Amino acid sequence: MPAAEVQEALRIRCEAREFALGAEIDAGALLDCLRTLRDSHGYRTYVLASATDRKETIEVVHGVRNPETADDFFVKVILPAEAPELDSAAMVYAGAEWQEREILDLFGVTFRNHPDPRRILMPDEYEGHPLRKDFPMDTPWGYRPDCGAEES
Amino acid sequence: MGEEIRVVEREFGELALNMGPQHPSTHGVLHLTLHLRGETVVKAIPGIGYLHRGVEKLSEHLAYEQLAPVFERDDYLGPTANSLGYCVAVERLAGIEVPRRAAWLRTLVAELQRIASHLVWLGTLGLDLGGALGGGTTLYMYCFREREKLMDFMEALTGTRFHTNYNLIGGARYDIDAETAARARKLADEMEACVDELRSMTSGTGIFRGRMRGVGVIPTDLALAIGVTGPVLRGSGVGFDVRRAFPYDAYDELSFDVPVRTECDAEARFEIRMAEILESAKLVRQIVDGLPEGPIFGRKPLKNPKATRVKEGELYAAVESPRGELGFYLVADGTAKPYRLKINAPSFRNLQIIPHIAPGLLLADVIATLGSLDPVLGDVDR
Repeated sequence: MPAAEVQEALRIRCEAREFALGAEIDAGALLDCLRTLRDSHGYRTYVLASATDRKETIEVVHGVRNPETADDFFVKVILPAEAPELDSAAMVYAGAEWQEREILDLFGVTFRNHPDPRRILMPDEYEGHPLRKDFPMDTPWGYRPDCGAEES
Repeated sequence: MGEEIRVVEREFGELALNMGPQHPSTHGVLHLTLHLRGETVVKAIPGIGYLHRGVEKLSEHLAYEQLAPVFERDDYLGPTANSLGYCVAVERLAGIEVPRRAAWLRTLVAELQRIASHLVWLGTLGLDLGGALGGGTTLYMYCFREREKLMDFMEALTGTRFHTNYNLIGGARYDIDAETAARARKLADEMEACVDELRSMTSGTGIFRGRMRGVGVIPTDLALAIGVTGPVLRGSGVGFDVRRAFPYDAYDELSFDVPVRTECDAEARFEIRMAEILESAKLVRQIVDGLPEGPIFGRKPLKNPKATRVKEGELYAAVESPRGELGFYLVADGTAKPYRLKINAPSFRNLQIIPHIAPGLLLADVIATLGSLDPVLGDVDR
């Protein structure tokens, strides 16, 4: 569970909004927020970066951890699905470098000032971003993984 | 890109060497581009993705109940941890209770597979370090002989040697009888005995220590900033273990130590894993002795895999896989399928350290360092 006083501190400093796992902030305040978490609140370890395609928007989440108190904090940024762009956190947490490359690869989010902005899992010449919801799942041989229609 | 990746030999004699993706010491299909000056590495660029199977995309198209066996194929040396992490994430978000006996049994299988995974790691490390350890394959064969006993036990318990498919959302799949439980206890004793034998072949020899000591040092600050996990993090002096920090299943009822070393080198990571085999054996014995009675599946029997719905929400849940923290970031939208599932793989996080620590190492030490990180490429690429 995220610490309430950290949420409050971020609300004052970065105008953070409520998010069950941490804080939701504006894209411009991301690096300031992560630096505050790292330097003032002891969140020294990087956990993960994840993204979710909500069709009109793309949500990017950075997870950081305080290793002493075993406390996780997730910072969420909401970007437009058209040409999403975000500051790279790799200069604040070195561990963000590959995780952001993965989001760049699979979601097509551009990370400003990223030290090595290349695809990481898909081939370099690949086109499209597979984890976008509009990515076609049809195969030439007609197979489509699906659990079928929902029943109750 | 292009410029940096190209194999170049510059006028001052720097050579870019491609190690992998088919190199035996890269534990699968890791591709390392090593820039060498003489025998010293000046730059290392890992290339991953050769084993990318799109599991995260697939998980958005299958029902919750169908997914646990899919994730077992991710980290193919510790498959139970993968499905366990997934089940824990779904259970926490959906508020599903796990019966106490099922939680203990899941812990038992997870700990036995931790031993099996560490044995494979040690055996392949012996292969990496090569002929110095008694002809290369000797250590490998000893490790696999011990691992075979664990595989046989898994077959007796689950009917499957390897991808046991033991974890269900809300329970365990197979119950244990008294005979099998006694066998697990005996197995724990045998594993403890084998550690001594394996030690005499590894840390007991000067050659092994010479290859491992002071090699591949990961300073604590760097380890934290990168976010390495598991034995790699604990070898760098941070006593963080998911089993302690965020207990799941039966770990808050069991007593175990979290070994920590402060040397930060490959030998420290070796010592951690050897100590973890002993700790896991201790846990197995505790579980067999104190196994509670009761059901192993707490929910109504399912007629249809699509009947499991998870309410809207987001959650991050992690378990300690043999390689470290294995996390699942689950976004649910109230239907029978996950809306988004991010797998936070420990090997992916540990492998990130390579470009930071490889410069300055000898080529042979890169292989020892890589071996000490214990990456599984199925886990890296997902």
